[in-house]
Amino acid sequence: MNTEKSGQKGDLLLEMKDVVIDGYSDDRWHEIIKGVDVTLRRGEIMGLIGESGAGKSTLGLAAMGFARPGCRITSGSIIFDGIDLMKVSEAERRALRGSRIAYVAQSAAASFNPAHPLIAQTVEATVRRGIKPDAEARADARKLYRDLQLPNPDSIGERYPHQVSGGQLQRVMTAMAMSPRPDLIIFDEPTTALDVTTQVEVLASMRRIVEQYNTAAIYITHDLAVVAQMADVIKVLRYGETIEDAETRKMLANPEKAYTKSLWSVRSIEKPEEKSEDIVLKVDHVDASYTGSDKVLDDVTIEVPRGHTVAIVGESGSGKSTTARAITGLLAPSKGQVLFNGKPLPPRLKERSIDQLQKIQMIYQMADTAMNPRQTVRDIIGRPLEFYLGLRGRERDQRLLELLEMIELDETFIDRLPAELSGGQKQRICIARALAASPELIICDEVTSALDQIVQKGILELLLRLQRELGLTYIFITHDIATVKAISDQIVVMLEGRVVEQGMKSEILSPPYPEYTKLLLSSVPEMDPDWLTGLLAERERESSSNP
Amino acid sequence: MSNENEINPSTEAELVDQGFSKSDLGDQGYSAAGEVGLIKARRSLRANVWRGLKSAPPTALFGLTIITIYILFALFAPLLAPYGEAEIFELSYAPWGEEFMFGTDQLGRDILSRLIYGARNTVGIAFVTTMIAFIIGGGLGITAAINNNGWLDNLLSRSVDVLMAIPSLIFALILLSMFGANTLNLIIIIAVLDSTRVFRIARAVSLNVVVMDYVEAARLRGEKMFWILYREILPNIMPPLVAEFGLRFCFVFLTIAALSFLGVGIQPPTADWGSMVRETAGLIQFAEYDLTAAMTPMLPAAAIALLTVAVNFVVDWFLHKSSGLKD
Amino acid sequence: MLHPVVRTILQRLGLGLITLFVVSLILFSSIEFLPGDFGEAVLGQAALPETVAAFRKELGLDLPMHERYFDWLGGILTGDMGNSFSGRGSSGGTDRSRPVIELLAPRLANTLFLASMAAIISVPLALFLGITAALYRGSIYDRMVNAMTLTTISFPEFFVAYLLILVLSSFTKLFPSLANIGPDVDFWERVYLTALPALTLTLVIVAHMMRMTRAAIINLMASPYIEMAELKGASKSEIILQHALPNAWAPIVTVIAFNLAYLVVGVVVVEVVFVYPGVGQLMVDAVTTRDVPVVQGCAMIFAATYILLNLFADIISIITNPRLLHPR
Repeated sequence: MNTEKSGQKGDLLLEMKDVVIDGYSDDRWHEIIKGVDVTLRRGEIMGLIGESGAGKSTLGLAAMGFARPGCRITSGSIIFDGIDLMKVSEAERRALRGSRIAYVAQSAAASFNPAHPLIAQTVEATVRRGIKPDAEARADARKLYRDLQLPNPDSIGERYPHQVSGGQLQRVMTAMAMSPRPDLIIFDEPTTALDVTTQVEVLASMRRIVEQYNTAAIYITHDLAVVAQMADVIKVLRYGETIEDAETRKMLANPEKAYTKSLWSVRSIEKPEEKSEDIVLKVDHVDASYTGSDKVLDDVTIEVPRGHTVAIVGESGSGKSTTARAITGLLAPSKGQVLFNGKPLPPRLKERSIDQLQKIQMIYQMADTAMNPRQTVRDIIGRPLEFYLGLRGRERDQRLLELLEMIELDETFIDRLPAELSGGQKQRICIARALAASPELIICDEVTSALDQIVQKGILELLLRLQRELGLTYIFITHDIATVKAISDQIVVMLEGRVVEQGMKSEILSPPYPEYTKLLLSSVPEMDPDWLTGLLAERERESSSNP
Repeated sequence: MSNENEINPSTEAELVDQGFSKSDLGDQGYSAAGEVGLIKARRSLRANVWRGLKSAPPTALFGLTIITIYILFALFAPLLAPYGEAEIFELSYAPWGEEFMFGTDQLGRDILSRLIYGARNTVGIAFVTTMIAFIIGGGLGITAAINNNGWLDNLLSRSVDVLMAIPSLIFALILLSMFGANTLNLIIIIAVLDSTRVFRIARAVSLNVVVMDYVEAARLRGEKMFWILYREILPNIMPPLVAEFGLRFCFVFLTIAALSFLGVGIQPPTADWGSMVRETAGLIQFAEYDLTAAMTPMLPAAAIALLTVAVNFVVDWFLHKSSGLKD
Repeated sequence: MLHPVVRTILQRLGLGLITLFVVSLILFSSIEFLPGDFGEAVLGQAALPETVAAFRKELGLDLPMHERYFDWLGGILTGDMGNSFSGRGSSGGTDRSRPVIELLAPRLANTLFLASMAAIISVPLALFLGITAALYRGSIYDRMVNAMTLTTISFPEFFVAYLLILVLSSFTKLFPSLANIGPDVDFWERVYLTALPALTLTLVIVAHMMRMTRAAIINLMASPYIEMAELKGASKSEIILQHALPNAWAPIVTVIAFNLAYLVVGVVVVEVVFVYPGVGQLMVDAVTTRDVPVVQGCAMIFAATYILLNLFADIISIITNPRLLHPR
């Protein structure tokens, strides 16, 4: 077999017709893909977008004729370059995988075998299928590493997976997929686990390499802005059905279906900022560490004005969640203090009074784990009512109903368990639990980032309305700039445990930017399909003008 | 484990109940109450038990039946046994027959009666011992998990490591030689030794729960330790602990049987299966001459084996069910 | 700077030594718990007060505790475990008690022989059954092996033993039901006599080991990198040999060590059933007669074997862990 492609760009490569896939759960089979068609031409990149539960990964794997354990492809045809994957033997399908169709997984760290060096895994399929002899394949792998702008491309392959960072591993995995020069690569959320600044680099190198070798790709993601940079055509999937198929620019400019529009609805909210001098909480020159040696917070000072929202933004490891832990008393500062209404709060949770605890409430990112799965809504919201306010019986139930109404849910929810709620409803119950304590300050830790776009919008609007009606103060921890725009008055930018910039939203989000803020802001993908190209060109220009 | 599950969209998360899927948002706009998603339907406990039983494999049904029969024998032993527990008759080693269905032992006690009382004694003692082990080990395990990596956790975990470095049967033998072999000592010693295993399991499963945000939320609310333990953690670790109870019971049951067989466990005249095997073991040599007599020591041994098989079958099924598809 | 592998191994060795030390403390203190009149109990009611006093002195009960402990520990390290209580003359004068080490040494050899025989058969068999059952998970073969092993682990050792005696000895006369081997039995005779006890142990161990191996392999096969290998077109055998096996050593060795350690315990009951002159039987006899020095000696041997086996498993998992082998 040689590396020469048998077809021309634009020829039909993959055709899936009326594919139905079943998944097994709750003692029976359910349809999770309900008759979806996919048409992909050589050299074309298709974006497969949808929320969690849409069946994106399942469909992507089906393009390789593969079904995860617990799933089965029940009907339809999958024709790859004239070969019907449903009709040929497993051995024939296997011969295609890793040679003509390759896969890039979301979690590179888990998907590399810890026992082998990276380059051995990169060339494994290529050598096995006899596409290239070992030495040649290794030389080619080093070239791919270089193409993908990995550091030390000649030696990085000798390293083991745990010795390399997540962003680099993701690029090595792309090299692994590219090594046999496949006709088709399936990218399954390859950048979801990465920070935004890393994501940009990985996206850029992936796009460059598929263009360079004219490889067709299916790019699976939940992030429309990301897919806009990568794909020629976009397919929107929901609950295992196609909602809309269109060419990328056309879909972005003029989506046909309401659902498609809702995918970027969160970007339509924008709160007008307000200034205020009435400080309810002050984090005053706080240092903190988990081990006693490495500082995770370094001289952090943040002022939170009453009735307003301060957004703390930063990437993983920036210390934004640790700041929340210092405020709530879960992690005692090693230096500095936290002032609430002008009075210092005891550093440790145990030393705080019930009254102090009541005034600061917290809402978590994962509503799933923030609620005890064995308690009903009545227990979950009722407990703070009993605990802080001493409400019992009818009085408590009365207040419960008021709270449910506030979060736009009715009394039918009162006896449900968390498993009987949807993602957005769960987060609403968590909001109601925080409200039940009648707090002054609510810390929202990434409360929308695990939710689908349309649900995010609903939650953000709810939080804004509650702030208006109840005069609540929010500290909003997030890494998502669209969310920041939607909800904040002030912004704090954190990096490596320090505050790099803080001020009103309008100041932070407009030039001149300090270096890191600029990097962070510019790395957030925008809906514009030319954004990545433009960004790369600009960064190129800058680095050449001031070396 | 769970980490990787989060990163990889699991197939289970991608499953959507059909009833919800069709309602596209359309133009009706968005409403929180109307929001659909991966909602699990609730069933009543009774419905769940019924569904479970209907789908239970034959091995599990067999196990449940056997366990029920044993419990009945244990409860109604005096009514079911033809003679008293320690009633002595003139004829020792009587053959199987009308008067003594399974013959008599070396002192002339009716084997069948002792087998029936044995259900009460052997199973009862093993059950009590397991309960004590769970109360000690479970309580300390959860406490250690809440105190994760604190001094208490470290102290308990290290002590358990050392206790577990000695095989428990050997340890039991040492302790029994120190304190003397009687039933009370036996219960206490085995319960304490076995509580180390329970501690490990309880701590491990609690650790998975303790890191949950809802436990942190309870701490932030200012809840007392006991409330967190009892209301937030315990209900969520019950399924694995119930399965573990079954396994530990088998282990305790077999250990006590082994010790009694060795003559240092449950002491005469209490009717106990392990001791019965030892007392009648000699009869096995006479298989050529009297097959039924040779079978006599096999009866109590089989009684032990049958119950452990039954419990293991039920636990196996329970584990299979509670872990979903993942075997 | 030490290589992390060396450092971790040293840590484990240290931990193992500390555990042994604590175990020895517990064993030593067992003599403290004996009732005050145990001298009479050992020497008999008719013992003269002087004899009892001399006996207490011989045990060093008049010395401070820490001093006695180090004497005792030093003794054990040099192979002197004191004298057995049994055989002490009740009427003064003649002391027919024997040193513990003399009692122990030949029996230890017997026990090791029995355990090795069981291990040699059971380890390869269990690994084979466990791995194949995991690879053909859900097949009829898997379900049958599973149900059989689940049944076997539920059986008390003595039940299995008597079943085998009944079938292979009482009826068919293939093997002797007693394995009372003397010191001058030749090797093959020894194997023949030991066949039934070894078979009993094998059955029990294979069931445990097979189930644990199967669980370990299934856990391994659920890793994302195994799915990745599948998506790279690797065949079943390639996946197993290249991707699963290099990561399987640690779990498999742990399973083996755990079960060999279990063998140490199982041997006690089996020795008693077959009247096999091993350490287990010696220990049980000593426990019934509360012959503390003998119990201490036997227990020390069992505990040390157990700890060493676990240590060995730890070390194997350390030296096959790529994260430690190739530090950042």
